[in-house]
Amino acid sequence: MWMKYLKPYRKEAVIGFFFKLIEAFFELIVPIVVADIIDYGILHQDQQYILQRGLLLLVLALLGYACALVCQYFASKTSQGFGTYLRNDMFKAIHAYDYENIDEIGIPSLMTRITNDTNQLQLAVAMTIRLASRSPFLILGSLVMAFRISVPIALIFICAAPILALAIYGVMSKSLPLYLKIQKQLDHVSLICRENLAGIRVIRAFSKQKQEKERFQQATQKQKNMQIQVGKLSALLNPSTSVIVNCAILVILYAGGLQVNAGHLTQGEVIALINYMNQILLSMFAFANVIVIYNKATACYKRVQEVLAIQPAIQDGKCLIDNQEGPLVTFDHVSFSYQGSHALHDLSFSIHQGETIGIIGGTGSGKSTLIHLIPRFYEATQGQIYIKNRPIQDYSLFSLRQMIGLVPQQATLFTGTIKENICLAKENASDDEVKQALHLAQASFVDEWKDGIYSHITQGGYNLSGGQKQRLTIARALVRNPELLILDDSASALDFATDAALRKAIATLPQTTIIVSQRVSAIMHADKILVLSHGELVGMGKHDELMKTCEIYQQIVTSQMSKEVA
Amino acid sequence: MDIKTMKRLLSFCRPYMKYLYCALLCSSGQIVFTLLTPVFIGQAVDHIIGQGLVAFDLLFQKMLWILGSVLIAEIFDWLVVRLSNRMTYAITKDLRDQLFEKYETLPLSYIDSHAHGDLLSRMVNDIDLIGDGLLQGFTHLFNGIATIIGTICFMLYIQTTVALIVIVLTPLSLVVATIIANKTYKYFQEQLALRGELGAYVEEMIGGVKVVKAYGYEQTNQERFEEINQRVYISGVKSQFLGALANPSTRVVNNIVYASVCIAGSLYVIGGSMSVGALSSFLSYANQYTKPFNEISNVFTELQTALACASRVFHLLDIDSSPKQGPTKTLSHIQGHVQIQHLSFSYRDDEPFIEDFNVEAKPGQTIAIVGPTGCGKTTFINLLMKFYQPQHGQICIDGIDIQDMSSDYVRSLYGMVLQDSWLFQGSIKDNIAYGKKEATDQEIIEAAQKAHAHKFIIQLKDGYDTMISEEGGNLSQGQKQLLCIARIMLVKPPMLILDEATSSIDTRTEKQIQEAFDLMMEGRTTFIVAHRLSTIQKADQILVMNHGQIIEQGKHEELLKKHGFYHHLYYSQFEIQK
Repeated sequence: MWMKYLKPYRKEAVIGFFFKLIEAFFELIVPIVVADIIDYGILHQDQQYILQRGLLLLVLALLGYACALVCQYFASKTSQGFGTYLRNDMFKAIHAYDYENIDEIGIPSLMTRITNDTNQLQLAVAMTIRLASRSPFLILGSLVMAFRISVPIALIFICAAPILALAIYGVMSKSLPLYLKIQKQLDHVSLICRENLAGIRVIRAFSKQKQEKERFQQATQKQKNMQIQVGKLSALLNPSTSVIVNCAILVILYAGGLQVNAGHLTQGEVIALINYMNQILLSMFAFANVIVIYNKATACYKRVQEVLAIQPAIQDGKCLIDNQEGPLVTFDHVSFSYQGSHALHDLSFSIHQGETIGIIGGTGSGKSTLIHLIPRFYEATQGQIYIKNRPIQDYSLFSLRQMIGLVPQQATLFTGTIKENICLAKENASDDEVKQALHLAQASFVDEWKDGIYSHITQGGYNLSGGQKQRLTIARALVRNPELLILDDSASALDFATDAALRKAIATLPQTTIIVSQRVSAIMHADKILVLSHGELVGMGKHDELMKTCEIYQQIVTSQMSKEVA
Repeated sequence: MDIKTMKRLLSFCRPYMKYLYCALLCSSGQIVFTLLTPVFIGQAVDHIIGQGLVAFDLLFQKMLWILGSVLIAEIFDWLVVRLSNRMTYAITKDLRDQLFEKYETLPLSYIDSHAHGDLLSRMVNDIDLIGDGLLQGFTHLFNGIATIIGTICFMLYIQTTVALIVIVLTPLSLVVATIIANKTYKYFQEQLALRGELGAYVEEMIGGVKVVKAYGYEQTNQERFEEINQRVYISGVKSQFLGALANPSTRVVNNIVYASVCIAGSLYVIGGSMSVGALSSFLSYANQYTKPFNEISNVFTELQTALACASRVFHLLDIDSSPKQGPTKTLSHIQGHVQIQHLSFSYRDDEPFIEDFNVEAKPGQTIAIVGPTGCGKTTFINLLMKFYQPQHGQICIDGIDIQDMSSDYVRSLYGMVLQDSWLFQGSIKDNIAYGKKEATDQEIIEAAQKAHAHKFIIQLKDGYDTMISEEGGNLSQGQKQLLCIARIMLVKPPMLILDEATSSIDTRTEKQIQEAFDLMMEGRTTFIVAHRLSTIQKADQILVMNHGQIIEQGKHEELLKKHGFYHHLYYSQFEIQK
């Protein structure tokens, strides 16, 4: 995956990488130049030489800066490009999902993956170009330079570097898991707060504020203790590494003293060696930072990879919906299992043009699942569904879904005007069409608003009541004048007067209509009623027939009617 | 920088002043010894002059000094970090606890009218950022400033002229940093705004992806997403580039300082007014010199963010929620006689919502409330429970105004079951015993049996000890409501407030809930938001509400005879069936 999304920016990445190395190289030369100034310039009292070399230092600084700028520019281009390309592809992949895929990962998780996770990966790419090459190069380079100056003293470097690395690794590997634990504890704190906001009425009704406060304080106390605990550990990082490096410098001073005394080394070279030692420490810290970012990025990588790897089981067909003869929808011994358990079992029935079909059953009886099979949001595991006598798989998904106007249980609206929301179903609908659909859906309340159908809906439709949202989603389905209208328990938030008016309006439409409900009154006048219980079709027919033949239907009717029909 | 917020934030440090003083003391010690180390190293180098010219005894002495100063400096460093950690985490805990306490006491109308996500984000994210800012401030701000001053002093002490070069070049670094910071800020804001836009779009469209697919809207959706994404890219390259400039830019200034020190220093060494070791100390100062500048500028950015967050948190803390002390009247024997007289309430001053509301509920009566959505049913309940304060009029229980009783006491008189059942993370037993902590297992089971919840509870894996996952995700809507009923059954309150579910509960469970409701209502004054006809028919009084007013009031038959709004409501539901 890295490679695929970096490929368009291969050139930029390589250029960025290359210039970073040059900059690091310049940096490595500096201590040598300084050593030369001390050993040659000062020793021989050569002002000319000192100025010359000093100028070289300035040139190196400026050249290094130029290289850094080039690198940063290309690193930004590469990482941002990578992230953008990746996000586009993820968004596309999610569009291709069937409902089972969506349920599998879950919507909140999909959202974080496409935003936070890709940002982390983007950062990792930028850091790779900027730091991942520089730090190891500087560490190795410093070692090489130390060898060039003096082999015996370079051996001190060889000993000190691993100890240093070990100290950094030790502290970090111990503290990172603790940070994760703290994050979990913070999630717990947040959960208590969320619970309290949601249940504030109950909490106050029982006067439990004090108890809740104690529960919350326990959680924050625990978090505080954990934070202090991990602070104890991470506070060791700086002192321990600094002590190690300075001890190494002490050894260098001593060994350097011996070497200088023996004439194998100069004073300036000792200073250069000390500088290289310090350079190694700084680079290791930078490198440790890169590793932390990588650590985070690996987890993100897995999550992003998962999104891209999912292949929807449902394949697109080619046929378009035409005016073929025969029943509109036929289920032929259809079964469906969902995440390992049977959701629907051996259903057979037909829906003819112009019919009104009622589907009734308790929660979990499979009503919603059944209707989601018709637009192929899910694929039947056994049996065959026919649309106009042709297997459902033959049709293009777009054309199939174009034929259907589905009103889901959950009323989902998007930011934008009412008209934009309605036109989601039919892009070029005129104002009149929109108004007519709204009228049919009993959503005439829109007319009373100042901006009418151009009124704005905030995110998630928070400025509307549940009933208003439901009516708008019904209008959305109606505006495309679908061959098949499916209402999935979509009038639950309506008061009964509006509900009745809506049912009456829909009854006048010529379309084939499927109404899913838990209420007998909503479906009792349908041409055909399907009674579902635990995924099985336990009764089918008109109200009167079912009253005679279907025991479960009778039960439902008596439980509701005894209360509702005087 | 917002001085007022800063002061207030610092006032939270007050209980931890001793930590702060210790930290500052240790920090000073750390700086002095950290700065001494290069001096000693330089002096040590001065004892390594050349072949046969190494003074080992003096070198050893200096080496001991180096070791000593390094150890002392690092112990101080460790202490500084420990102390500031302690202080920061204690302060964030205090802030969280205070804010939570605020949430528990805020008027309900405030919480109802604000997005929970926002309140939550202040509790979690904002306070986290405040913590980050404080930690940075405590560890780096003083340290950075002191290091700069210390370095300058040490340099001036070693060699005045070279030190002056460094001091003169310092503003250069500051100028570069400000120019970049200003430029970057604009682009960062733009980038943040664009990311926000992208995030909001993703949230909305992925959230509604099922609808998007149902209407074949994928193509347009993808195009709109890619358009926003492209804008994020263009601004992202700019802001990332500029943001990443800070580092190399300060480095180049640092390197220029380094080169200048090197040239000037070497010339002075030749001139004899400085040793090679002193030059080496200078060089290592020059090398570290810009680091505190970078740190301080980081501290300021983080503090800036922390202050913005703090002002959001303080804003909440400042909302007046002081409980009116005083009213403590209680009732000796509760009859459940509720009188509501001339009650008015409005959400906004200019728009009255409930107006001149009059109801009398005699002991044991059932009052059904019906009406279209938004008619004021929920508001009425909030007033009964003293969740909201009425502008005019009064509510009396057994002749005593509830304004004269404490809120807690009023609420303890009612048992309330709402449509959206609230459960918390914990066992089923804990959830049922929420209103009566000391209840025995026997009592809990009895309550559950009366609420028809016992059967499904014992079928669960761990029975009454089954843990309810976050927001009751492992229970059905109906089961959750049964548990809430059991909760009320356990405390046996003298009066009830019930809200019938409109949908999404299967028939069998619904019947059980109905029976449980009936059992509870026996002999208790009950206010019930009704959606079922059986409830309405049995009610002693029906309040028909619309637009915040009672438009009709009476028994079922009487109301039907009136041929008014109720008549219309009643028949419209069954019109098709006739």
